[in-house]
Amino acid sequence: MAPPLIEMQDISRTYVMGDNLVHALRGVDLTIETGSSVAIMGTSGSGKSTLMNIMGCLDQPTRGSYRINGKNVGVMSKSQLADIRGRMIGFVFQSFNLLSRTSALENVEMPLMYQGVSGGKRHERAMAALEAVGLKGREDHHPSQLSGGQQQRVAIARALVCEAPIIMADEPTGALDTKTSFEVMGILQGLVAQGKTLIIVTHEADIAGYASRVITLRDGLIIEDKAQAPVDAAKELARVTAEKEAADRALAARKGERAS
Amino acid sequence: MNIFTTFKLAVRALWRNKVRTFLTMLGIVFGIGAVIAMVASGQGAQAQVKEVFNSLGTNVLILSGGAQRSFGASGGAGSRQSLTWDDIAALQSGEIPTIKYVVPTMSTRTQVASEESNWQTSVTGTISTWFTVRNWEATQGAVFDEDTGNSSAKVAVIGQTVATQLFASASPIGQAIRINGQPFEVIGVLAVKGQGPRGDNDDIIIIPIKTYQQKLDKGLAKYLKGEVLISMVEDGQAETTMAKVSALLRDRHKLDANDEDDFRIRNPAEFAKAQQDSTERIATLLALVAAVSLLIGGIGVMNIMRVSVIERTREIGIRMAVGAKPIDVMTQFLVESLVLAAIGGLLGLALGYGAAQYMASYFGWKFFFPAATAGIAFAVAGGVGVGFGLYPAIRAAQLDPITALRYES
Ligand SMILES: Nc1ncnc2c1ncn2[C@@H]1O[C@H](COP(=O)(O)OP(=O)(O)OP(=O)(O)O)[C@@H](O)[C@H]1O
Ligand SMILES: [Mg+2]
Repeated sequence: MAPPLIEMQDISRTYVMGDNLVHALRGVDLTIETGSSVAIMGTSGSGKSTLMNIMGCLDQPTRGSYRINGKNVGVMSKSQLADIRGRMIGFVFQSFNLLSRTSALENVEMPLMYQGVSGGKRHERAMAALEAVGLKGREDHHPSQLSGGQQQRVAIARALVCEAPIIMADEPTGALDTKTSFEVMGILQGLVAQGKTLIIVTHEADIAGYASRVITLRDGLIIEDKAQAPVDAAKELARVTAEKEAADRALAARKGERAS
Repeated sequence: MNIFTTFKLAVRALWRNKVRTFLTMLGIVFGIGAVIAMVASGQGAQAQVKEVFNSLGTNVLILSGGAQRSFGASGGAGSRQSLTWDDIAALQSGEIPTIKYVVPTMSTRTQVASEESNWQTSVTGTISTWFTVRNWEATQGAVFDEDTGNSSAKVAVIGQTVATQLFASASPIGQAIRINGQPFEVIGVLAVKGQGPRGDNDDIIIIPIKTYQQKLDKGLAKYLKGEVLISMVEDGQAETTMAKVSALLRDRHKLDANDEDDFRIRNPAEFAKAQQDSTERIATLLALVAAVSLLIGGIGVMNIMRVSVIERTREIGIRMAVGAKPIDVMTQFLVESLVLAAIGGLLGLALGYGAAQYMASYFGWKFFFPAATAGIAFAVAGGVGVGFGLYPAIRAAQLDPITALRYES
């Protein structure tokens, strides 16, 4: 039997702040199978980001063991960890984390450079990824010339371009309005439909609704882990759009009445 | 990551901060400029000394009429003729045992012509030993023998440049040329000597000195309007010979003890040596400037790269998050500092080239710019780039991905 995609045992992460110890995680056991969509919820400071960073090999646990695809991350060198991040994981951050003064296309091409993909192939794949997130024609725009939702879509394209099996998103809609959030979630759900594994950190129940499994953290421990039927973001988007159009029509009608 | 891509990224990153990049380069520009000026001027000075030795040998003095170069009573240096042909005969008599040859010369620039073309060149009247003292032989025909040299024959030995100008590729031997309108027969072409400190060595015509006086000057005269080359038997006799020549001439010119010399004796080897010494001092100074500038330049590069690493901590974090390995990050910053240093080196090369050319014309030596110099400069610039870029690059590579990502600038 294939090992689980993500397998964490007794993961703890302690920060040293002067004389104090901050226990961000206190023994988390977690297994995630390929193809699932998992939302990690919890109040601010409960350890969501810490957990995601460890899962994404950006940070190391103070204690416990972590296997990704059956491979023990704890014994890997910095270079091997970078390789895992590059090949296995695509990140989407709350603050987008795009390179400024660099075009959307170059931002998306960047991960491919570290995979040693040649210039022509890089261009081709980055263009395809941008098209997949609906940003065709925007490839030469710099982040400062794009809206928040568009920037986040560039970030998603960057997470997609290496064809990594896991997408990890830490508050991907945190900086976006409701409608744009639906759009972004729609794209992410589409990826799950294609067989990718999505792990998303959020403190909004709405957003967690799109996942098929919701894990809740409190004070560095998992206090709830439940499966659910996910809401379809595309339908939700259609509903919100229809509501908005109706409201607009009503507004226009009222304006017309007043004018006559 | 592919090195070409890394290079492109580096150039782009440097281009984003043009002003900062340029200011950082300045230290390297001046450092490399000084290195090049130093090497080039050292070689120029050495070449000049060698040139003097080659053309005159180490044991030749130059005697000329007129007072020492002091202004006032003597009324214009070199203006008065004071060396007589009798003086020359006295020097040639063997009275001073260290003297081997005494060679009178007279020179002027004048127009010369063949059937086909004409040319402006330097014409020297002298005697046969001139060729011995200058260690200069003919490659076609022959230089004149003692009898011809002492005669008033209308024969000429010409330099290669003159031969080419007047006869193109045809053989000039036996051909007629006109010097100052007078017909001469070409009897020899001198071996090529190339460029010297005073220009083209081969742009010259040698004729017997008597002929010179009669055809190019006002006829045979009591005074020699030119210089006398005095060669010595052995090296190391310059001092004593100069003293003896001076004593002999003072006696013959009946000068009192407190009268100034009415002639001038120069030792070209000594002169060249003095110039070489002064050049060496300049080169030492330049070496110091180069070392200091390169050090400052290097520290500048290190500092800028360090600032750049701090400023771009988040960028480094992002790159690491998407799969950049420590070695990728290190290479990126190292290549950046290398490019910075290389461009600085290139500008320094231009600066050094200009400075070397200026010094060459200032000191009157041949302008030298061997490719090796440029190579050295580039190696030094590269060394500075790598040497001083290494520390910031390692710092960047050692950053922790999550710390770098969270960094607030
Ligand atoms: N680098 C750090 N140094 C010290 N303490 C830290 C660090 N990062 C996180 N912590 C602490 O660890 C705990 C968990 O932080 P974490 O960022 O994982 O919370 P979170 O659940 O993502 O919160 P939020 O919803 O606000 O993003 C918090 O108490 C936080 O103060
Ligand atoms: Mg968080």
